Amino acid sequence: MNRPLKRALADIHANGFLNAITVVTIALAILISSAFGLFFINASRLMTLWQQGVRVMVYLQPEFADAAVEDLRSRLEKLPAVGKAVFISKDDGMARLKKQLKHQLSLLSNLKANPLPHAFEVQLRPAVRDWEEVAALAAAIQNLAGVEEVEYGQGWLDRFAAILRLFKLAGFGMCALFFIATVFIVANTTRLVLYSRREEIEIMRLVGASEGFIRMPLYLEGILQGAIGGAAGLAGLLAGHLYLSAQIDPGLLPSRFEVRFFPLALIAAILGGSMLAGWLGSFLSLRQQLKT
Amino acid sequence: MMPPPDQQAIIRLFGVHRRYGALNALTDIGLDIFQNEFVFITGPSGAGKSTLLKLLYLGEPASEGQILVDGLNLARISRKRIPDLRRRFGIIFQNYRLIPTRTVFANVSLVLEAMGQKEHLIRKKVHSVLRTVGLEDRDSALPLTLSGGEQQRVAVARAIVGNPQILLADEPTGSLDPSSAGAIMALLQRYHRRGATVIIATHDHEMIRRTRGRVIRLERGRLAPQPAADTP
Repeated sequence: MNRPLKRALADIHANGFLNAITVVTIALAILISSAFGLFFINASRLMTLWQQGVRVMVYLQPEFADAAVEDLRSRLEKLPAVGKAVFISKDDGMARLKKQLKHQLSLLSNLKANPLPHAFEVQLRPAVRDWEEVAALAAAIQNLAGVEEVEYGQGWLDRFAAILRLFKLAGFGMCALFFIATVFIVANTTRLVLYSRREEIEIMRLVGASEGFIRMPLYLEGILQGAIGGAAGLAGLLAGHLYLSAQIDPGLLPSRFEVRFFPLALIAAILGGSMLAGWLGSFLSLRQQLKT
Repeated sequence: MMPPPDQQAIIRLFGVHRRYGALNALTDIGLDIFQNEFVFITGPSGAGKSTLLKLLYLGEPASEGQILVDGLNLARISRKRIPDLRRRFGIIFQNYRLIPTRTVFANVSLVLEAMGQKEHLIRKKVHSVLRTVGLEDRDSALPLTLSGGEQQRVAVARAIVGNPQILLADEPTGSLDPSSAGAIMALLQRYHRRGATVIIATHDHEMIRRTRGRVIRLERGRLAPQPAADTP
């Protein structure tokens, strides 16, 4: 085994309690910030699925002439985001309504005339994933002649998107905060290790050890603390994820949706970030404490 | 005893001062130490013996003056080259300065690890030097479990394991009984016979009297004109 790594492992073993506390703290930091990330990733996927299932309802003006239906369909289908536009006449609309209200038909019995407008049900192309594209499409349709109102469930989806954005911001904030906290925790541990080993380091210098020889094991210690803490945090998150996934009623979620864990590349990135924080903590502490 | 005229100076000091605030620990020291010399630096406590040794390996910087060690000007040496300078020395510190959490083997091998030597060579050299100082069976002991004489022998082993050109010893027999002190001096003399320059700071006149070597006497931080004892 490489000599600095051997010395780093020996130091971790010698300062077991201090290192254990550091690793646990890093693990908690990673667990909390990664939990935010995991929630955000799954919520984003859910949002995308909902968006893919979105149908835009285009309600036409009362004076809209039946003869203009084909012209409007053609103009709708020429819009790049539109897959298909299905015309629903006011009579078809009423038939659908009656079907949906089959147990409360008395509500409709007093109507003297059909109050529903003609409408188009616009299905989106699968490539349309961005919620802003849907909003832009709705605005474009609204400008077409004969269109009274465009409805695409924007009310609740917009609110959901806003909450998600808030979570994203909070998640980034927490990640930054926990990264800084991890750096300071490792820096503090390194400071304590340096304090307990100041005589040893002084002797090393006097017998001709280079700064690299002295510092390398301490850098490795920081990186190892980050790696072990990061792995423990992710393992905790995976356990929580598996437990909670098993508790969720599949009926509550869209059929194509399953709650997923991080992809491998992201796991590697989180571990890399955790190791970077460990190294940075050691680096800052060594820069401050080991002035030659 | 004066050095032979054909020998080259390995250490040269020109007008060296060392001050701690208003206190002059060393004043205007100028001297040459030659290759393969055996030198005692002596004088009463507080005369500046230990300070002079520290200046040689840059344990402390000189406040004024020039020090040359094997051609290196210590006033101009970069931080990166300080480890290089220190590897030219084997240093036996006052009070041993062993790392208490490391075994005898690890204390000695530290020097070779710092030099970047291969593990199998380190093992071989450390065992050989521990045999030389008579501690081959104590390699896995921690320093605090050893007697003072044994700890000093570990310090000697650490000082000579890297085969340095110059051996510095600060009061190497100060806290030892006569028999242990004799053993340590024998080790230093044996290392000197292998071609090294040995510089010992001591106020042990009996040891100086019994050992052949040049005596440099310091008094209140200045070189005294007359060596106190330079006969075998």
